[in-house]
Parts: sequence; C-alpha cells; structure tokens
Amino acid sequence: MGQIVLEKVTKSFGDVTVIPPLDLTIEDGEFAVFVGPSGCGKSTLLRLIAGLEDVSSGEIRIDGKESASIPPAKRGLAMVFQSYALYPHMTVRKNIAFPLRMAGLDKAEQDRRVEQAAAVLNLTDYLERRPGQLSGGQRQRVAIGRAIVREPAAFLFDEPLSNLDAALRVGMRLEISELHNRLKTTMIYVTHDQVEAMTMADKIVVLRAGHIEQVGSPLELYKAPRNLFVAGFIGSPKMNLIEGAEAAKHNAKTIGIRPEHISISATEGRWSGVVGVSEHLGSDTFFHVQETGLGETLTVRADGEVNFRHGDRIFLTPRDDVMHRFDDKGLRIA
Amino acid sequence: MARSVTIQRKSLNTLIAWIIGLLLFFPILWTILTSFKTEAQAIADPPVWFFFDWTLENYRVVQERSNYSRFLWNSIIIAGGSTILGMIIAIPAAWSMAFVPSNRTKDILLWMLSTKMLPAVGVLYPIYLIFIQLGLLDTRIGLTIVLMLINLPIMVWMLYTYFKEIPGEILEAARMDGAGLKEEILYVLTPMAIPGIASTVLLNIILAWNEAFWTLNLTAARAAPLTAFIASYSSPEGLFYAKLSAASTMAIAPILILGWFSQKQLVRGLTFGAVK
Repeated sequence: MGQIVLEKVTKSFGDVTVIPPLDLTIEDGEFAVFVGPSGCGKSTLLRLIAGLEDVSSGEIRIDGKESASIPPAKRGLAMVFQSYALYPHMTVRKNIAFPLRMAGLDKAEQDRRVEQAAAVLNLTDYLERRPGQLSGGQRQRVAIGRAIVREPAAFLFDEPLSNLDAALRVGMRLEISELHNRLKTTMIYVTHDQVEAMTMADKIVVLRAGHIEQVGSPLELYKAPRNLFVAGFIGSPKMNLIEGAEAAKHNAKTIGIRPEHISISATEGRWSGVVGVSEHLGSDTFFHVQETGLGETLTVRADGEVNFRHGDRIFLTPRDDVMHRFDDKGLRIA
Repeated sequence: MARSVTIQRKSLNTLIAWIIGLLLFFPILWTILTSFKTEAQAIADPPVWFFFDWTLENYRVVQERSNYSRFLWNSIIIAGGSTILGMIIAIPAAWSMAFVPSNRTKDILLWMLSTKMLPAVGVLYPIYLIFIQLGLLDTRIGLTIVLMLINLPIMVWMLYTYFKEIPGEILEAARMDGAGLKEEILYVLTPMAIPGIASTVLLNIILAWNEAFWTLNLTAARAAPLTAFIASYSSPEGLFYAKLSAASTMAIAPILILGWFSQKQLVRGLTFGAVK
C-alpha cells in the first residue's frame, strides 16, 4: 500500500547541499516522525517526498514505484500544511471535495465521502462556512479532512500543530494518533517538538543538517541514543551530560544521566549541590542543582511533594544501570 | 491602551473630512452647475450658485455642433481596448514575477516604474514620427496601443502586489490535491486573484478615459475621444464657459457613474497590501 523508500536522495540549492546522500525506508502503515532543530532539512525531506521540490539525485519509491520524476498530483500522497493552506474562496464542503473533484469523481460520491469525513472530524455543522469563519482548530480539521477523503497512499504532515495554542495542540495530537490507528495508512509527520515525536511516532527519524542521526522507536531513542546529539534532543527536560573526572570513572569522555534517573535526598548521596531554580509542575518538580562540582547545572526530577528551597544543600545519586556513556567522538559506548 | 475619542474630537474630524471632500469635489460640482447656466450667468460676478434659470440649452447646442456619440464611442474603444490589451500582457507578466521570481525580477519592476518618471512630452516627438511612419496617426488602434503602453507599468505593479499576497502554500496544496497547472490556475489562482484583477481593470479604464496628452496630440478628427471633445470647446474666442462645462459633464459622466458603482472595489484594490 504505502511503503516509501528513499535511496541516495540528495538535494542542493545552488552550491548549498541541504540533504547529503540519504537512505530511509518507511514501512506501510507506519507513523514516522521527522524531528530535528530548525534548518535540519526535515521539511525539505518531506517536500521531496511530496514532489513539491525536485531531488538533485537519488530515487524515491512510493509503493515500489519510482516517483522522483512524477509530479506531486500523481504521487497519491496527501499533505497537511503548517498554514493549513485552505482555499479561502471555497466553503468547507468544497475545500474537502476539491481533491475528489480533481480526481473526477461524480457529485454523489463526492458528497458521500465529504459527509463521511465531516462526521469523523466533527465538521458536519460547518460544511457551508468558509475557512475565514472557522477557528484555528476547525481549520486544521478541514485540512485533515481534505487529506483523508482521497484515501491517499500516505499522509504528509508539515508541522501541522505549530499554529495552535497549547491545549488544542494536545487535543489534535490525540486526534491524529487516533486517525492513524483507524486508517492504518502510512503517515509522515514533521515537527521540531520532541514531545510530539515521542507521543505519536512508531518510528522517529532524528535529523541534523540533512543527516539522519538515528532512526528508531521512541523508546529505543530514549533508552539508547546513538550519540550526544540524539541524547540531548530526545527527552524532556534534557539529559544531563557530564564530562571530566566523573565521566572518566566510567571509562567515557561524556556520561549522560536523565533527570528522572537521579534520586534526591536531604542527607546522603554520591553527589551534592545547591538548589537553584525549582519548577513545580504539580505532579513533578524539576530542581536545577548548582555547585555540584561536576561543571554543569544538573536537572533532577523529583516527586511533586518533594520540597526543597532555593539555596538548600541536597544530595544526588544517579542510577548506574541507566547511565549513558559516550566516547570522544560523541558516539555511544555499548 | 485604546485611544478614547471625545465627541468634540469626532465632530471636528468629521467636519475636516467634509471640507476636504467638498474641496476635492468642488470643481466637478461647479462644472456641472455651470453647464446648466446661460453663458452670461456662467461668468457673472459675483458668481451665481443655485438660483439661476436652469437651462438645457448648452447641452442642445453641444449636441448640435458636435457628434457626441462618435467621441464617446472612440473613448469606449480606446479605454476598453487598451485595458484588455494591457491585461493580456500584464497578467502573465505579473504572474511569473510573483510566482517564479528570478534574481532580476525586482530590477525589472523598478525599471518598468522608472519609465513613468519620464515626462511624456519628452517622447512625444519620436512617437509622433513613428506614428507618421506606421500610418497610425489619428487611428483608434494607434491610440489604444500607446495608452496601453503608458499604463502597463502600473497594471503590472498592481497585479504583482496582488498576486504576491496569495500564499504559495495554497498553490502547493492544490498541486497535492491532484490539480494540474490548468486546474490550479482555473479553480484556485484566478478566483483568489479576481478582486485584484477587477480593481486593476477599473483603475486602468479610468486612467485611459481621462488621458489627454496623447489623445490630443495624436488624433485629429477620426479617432478623437471625449478628452478631445472637451478641448474643442476651450476656445480662446467667445463666451463658451457654459458650453465647455456641458461638454465636460457629458465627457466625465460615464466614468463618474462607473467609478461610483465600483468605489468599494477600487478602494479595496488600491489599498491592498497596505491595509490587510
């Protein structure tokens, strides 16, 4: 159905290489998330798959069919844009029906599919409105509706939630995941938000400067980041990375320990430090601990009830079994 | 903090707006009033305002002395023709500049605008000679082409700024939705661009209708439009103010009516990009 294979794909704009040779396979029905800091080439990669940009070299196979030279309209993919990109002069009904109209479906079939999509997305009451009369979340749903009616081989999402406020974002995140569970269609989702990546993906592709740093399931990336970049990027708050004598004790250039893998105590522990800023989230509290002698401010997660004040001296003990070790090239030591 | 506007301030603003409006409209009003006076009343000192013997005499004389409908017809053909011809060239030009810009696009746009900085009389002589050579003098087709060329930079600029406002992502969405180039232009781009195209057309008709420099210099009898019709009444001899006013009123009436009905569209088109 919707397997997407990239082979030695490259993209340059003039002299600037955005994507160096890159290989990647996204299996049929998989929810793949491209994640990375801005400018890492994740959107470009998505646009190459969509056909909105031409590859400089290499092959893209969709469903086993060589597609790099096929125009976007013929690739059988649907895309949801960051700006939603709805047609402002058409009603919601016409927006959703547009791909069907382009495919030459008869009016009755168009209507049937639009009604069906609208019911799924809670848009039935808004079908006769124009995009300008809808809220951000509703527009987002129309954009998704326009994508699902044509039953594409794969969905492409380009940072679709970044224009929504925080509460809506969480809601839409669930809706998109739910949609994926129901449709079982391949989805490729681009985001810079590692929380979205962790919560939605079957497979995360971490990109930096056009290179794939690591591909894996969210838990694989969390448990065994291949290098320092992935270690620092996946997980919230960030992993503590410690260099120097403490790392040398573990035969590593750098050691990494996640905030949730350090226990905290008022009386005893391996390391000690002074509480700086504490962030109380209710369920959890994050302490930023200074003067640890490790050269870094450590972030430590504690239970919501644990209460230390600014300036208190506390003791910390990392869990050695979940400590990450990296060599002088920044690569993971198994 | 919201600015609080007092009643006094508001009424002052209204008053000033009305004064400016009336000042701008006064010449037109005076022309229309004068066209209903006798020649003696037209130059009376102190001027008579509303209480004179309203007469249609001037209109009758103007009708008798010259063939209004021929001038009107020429104006329609020249203004309409130059607009249609101009749009045929300007739409694709602005389109490509807005959607497939090159490194030189900005330069070309500025260069086009710079041609408007040249005083028209500076190129009158060469154009006049070219017209004689090509046999275009006093022809509608010649005038249509000249007016089209004069207004082309403005048309391209207006359309360009309008097209620029159409987000590229919408066109990409259409492509992803299965639209080919033809469908993309027909169902997505054109409907979104229509307000811009409409106001460009309107402004251009008005500019071409009122253009006098070229129409007076390049026509004699056959192709003369309404601007020449007005000019034929501004004679240095005799008392012709009232008749001149009647002719002017007849010349500006069609475009005034068109402008009145399309003012909303025009204002929107002219302020587009500045006010969102």
